[in-house]
Amino acid sequence: MHVIVVGLSHKTAPVEIREKLAVPESRLREALSRLCSYPGVREGLLLSTCNRVEVYAVVEELETGYGRVQEFLADTHLSLSSEHLTPHLYWHAGDRAIGHLFRVASSLDSMIVGESQILGQIKDAFEVALTHKASGLLLNKIVKKAISVAKRVRTETKIAETAVSVSYAAVELAKKIFSNLTEKTVLLIGAGEMAKLAARHLIANGVRQVRITTRNFQHGLELAQRFNGTAVPFEDYKTELAGADIVLVSTGASHYLVTADDVQRAMRQRMSRPMFLIDISVPRNIDPAVRPIDDAFLFDIDDLHMRVEQNREDRLREAAKAEQMVVEEVAVLGQWLQSLEVTPTIVALRSRTEELKRREVDKILARLAHLSSEDRAAVEALASAIVNKMVHGTMVTLKAEAKSSSGATYVDAARRFFNLEETPAVYPTGQSDVPELPDENIAGNGIGRLPEESLVPHTSKEQGRRVS
Amino acid sequence: MSSVFFMLTMGLYFVSTVCYLAYLLRRAETLSKVSLGITAVGFATHTVALVARMTDTAQAQLPTFHEALSFFSWMLILVFLAVEFRRQLHVLGSFIVPLALVSLVTAAAFRSDEASSLQPVFKTLWVHVTLSMLGTVGFAVAFVAGVMYLIQDGLLKSKRFNVLYAKLPALDYLDHLNQQSIVMGFPLLTLGIISGAFSAEIVRGTYVNWNPEQTWAMVTWGFYFAVLVGRLTIGWRAKRAAYLTIIGFAGVILTLIGVVLKSHGSVS
Repeated sequence: MHVIVVGLSHKTAPVEIREKLAVPESRLREALSRLCSYPGVREGLLLSTCNRVEVYAVVEELETGYGRVQEFLADTHLSLSSEHLTPHLYWHAGDRAIGHLFRVASSLDSMIVGESQILGQIKDAFEVALTHKASGLLLNKIVKKAISVAKRVRTETKIAETAVSVSYAAVELAKKIFSNLTEKTVLLIGAGEMAKLAARHLIANGVRQVRITTRNFQHGLELAQRFNGTAVPFEDYKTELAGADIVLVSTGASHYLVTADDVQRAMRQRMSRPMFLIDISVPRNIDPAVRPIDDAFLFDIDDLHMRVEQNREDRLREAAKAEQMVVEEVAVLGQWLQSLEVTPTIVALRSRTEELKRREVDKILARLAHLSSEDRAAVEALASAIVNKMVHGTMVTLKAEAKSSSGATYVDAARRFFNLEETPAVYPTGQSDVPELPDENIAGNGIGRLPEESLVPHTSKEQGRRVS
Repeated sequence: MSSVFFMLTMGLYFVSTVCYLAYLLRRAETLSKVSLGITAVGFATHTVALVARMTDTAQAQLPTFHEALSFFSWMLILVFLAVEFRRQLHVLGSFIVPLALVSLVTAAAFRSDEASSLQPVFKTLWVHVTLSMLGTVGFAVAFVAGVMYLIQDGLLKSKRFNVLYAKLPALDYLDHLNQQSIVMGFPLLTLGIISGAFSAEIVRGTYVNWNPEQTWAMVTWGFYFAVLVGRLTIGWRAKRAAYLTIIGFAGVILTLIGVVLKSHGSVS
């Protein structure tokens, strides 16, 4: 059983390929059932965003599994062939596949490191896989873990705290001047693309009052409608200054539209209420002489760029911490996955029972010192026979189910029933680091000593959630 | 017993101050939790120390400079804990806790366990000291808000977006904190001065005798009155308010020094 990922992202494929491969939400269900219908594909999850298309799957054989998933990807679009795709694809299996998902979920692989959308997209993809029963024991555990890793990264690092676009940097700065943007008024002078974007960010962050002035009044009216604001004649922009808490200037003018005198006058009228001026125009439209004026804070395009650049560096520094977390978490999950392998489980089960038998036999033989060597052999044979018959059914089932879709579920259950949870995957026989339990409890109602939770196999919980 | 708890508090505030100052320089937020925990424990031991001191000195009855400063420090931390609880403004601790520590260390310097040698004193004196100190706490918070305002203003103006910039809150919140502190502190100081005048009348027979300490107190009062009226009428807010409250607090400190020089350890 192998966990694999096959996919492509903004790092490996141009948008022309990505857009062809992208699966719209309406066709996700059909795509998933097609994926799971390939022989040897046990579980599947399809993550399709504008920056990446990835298939996570649990497959029986690694090589054929890769092949099937690639075939599946090539089939999603008629004009794509496997040969077209191959140069853009990446393949990972096992820990690397899991690590990849963790990194993607934590937004370490995103175009803008630290952006938060991807986590929601993974949750959605998982939701779809759950409802269509494409995701099972393994993927459920892995994806849930990925979501919790992403949350951990988000809370324990500052990867997502800072602005990484010029228009958003304006919002971030505004929030260091005004704690609450809802009561603030924005004045938009001119309407360059970046200014409009910044205005939209400000509105999304609570600003309700937007006043817009453009040379073309008609254009201003249209914009006002879009931003739910008010258009004011361009001639009045100087008188409007005093009422504006945030002034966004971006016009094509080649001279200073807002001078130090204008701002000084406005500040007097505002009785020193702080004013945040953003000049996104090149050449600049606000006189840099405004800078020294008390309580007026002027930022031009370079300042914003500098802020963004700093933030990017911060994010990368934080990303390094996040990578470390991902490594740790992959190791934890890796242990769990390893425990689901059939062979080590059978080995562990055998050594556990052998150990128990050995102890009990030694104890009774120590008391029955008068027995002849044949009698001793008989006692030992009896013990072996009982123990072997007891676990025989379990072993046979494990072996038989090893290749079936529910193999992992059986292994998980067996480990819990026989309390193999904490034992290493490959258990060295005859070593004394078996947890010491009082003998009579093992011989008697040993099961009764198991913690209640461990009597309920994982799988029933997972499935319960899946139904709901 | 009170002195044990007092020393313990001082130790805790010292550690907390160190942590809070380190917090200013580091990106990690965890340090603020540690500092807050230590401060909270310090506050608890301080409360015990104050209560024990009050029962110890119940006979002496005279509020000393030591008690006034210790109470000031206690109130300062109380206000900080309240603001921190409501606004999670960790960085405030980096400014207020050191101030509380300084005040506590100063209090320690004036600690005396012998009963006061002055004449038996009256309840009004306790009222005077308590109210004046509460007013002073308001001014101290305004001072801290002012300092934080000027730092943040400077960082924004010079476009130095460092760790401190990230940790300090928005300018208008600091201005708001400044205003609220004075709005609360001023009436308390006013009542403190009035009750002080009554005490003086009882002790000395005159309400006001314009000694340097009283003069300074009146100047300080007048100054804060002007700051408050200026803010409400002609927009003395933001940077100007920050400067004014810093100057005002310097006046308060001078008044307190005057009190000490005059009375060698007892407030009157």
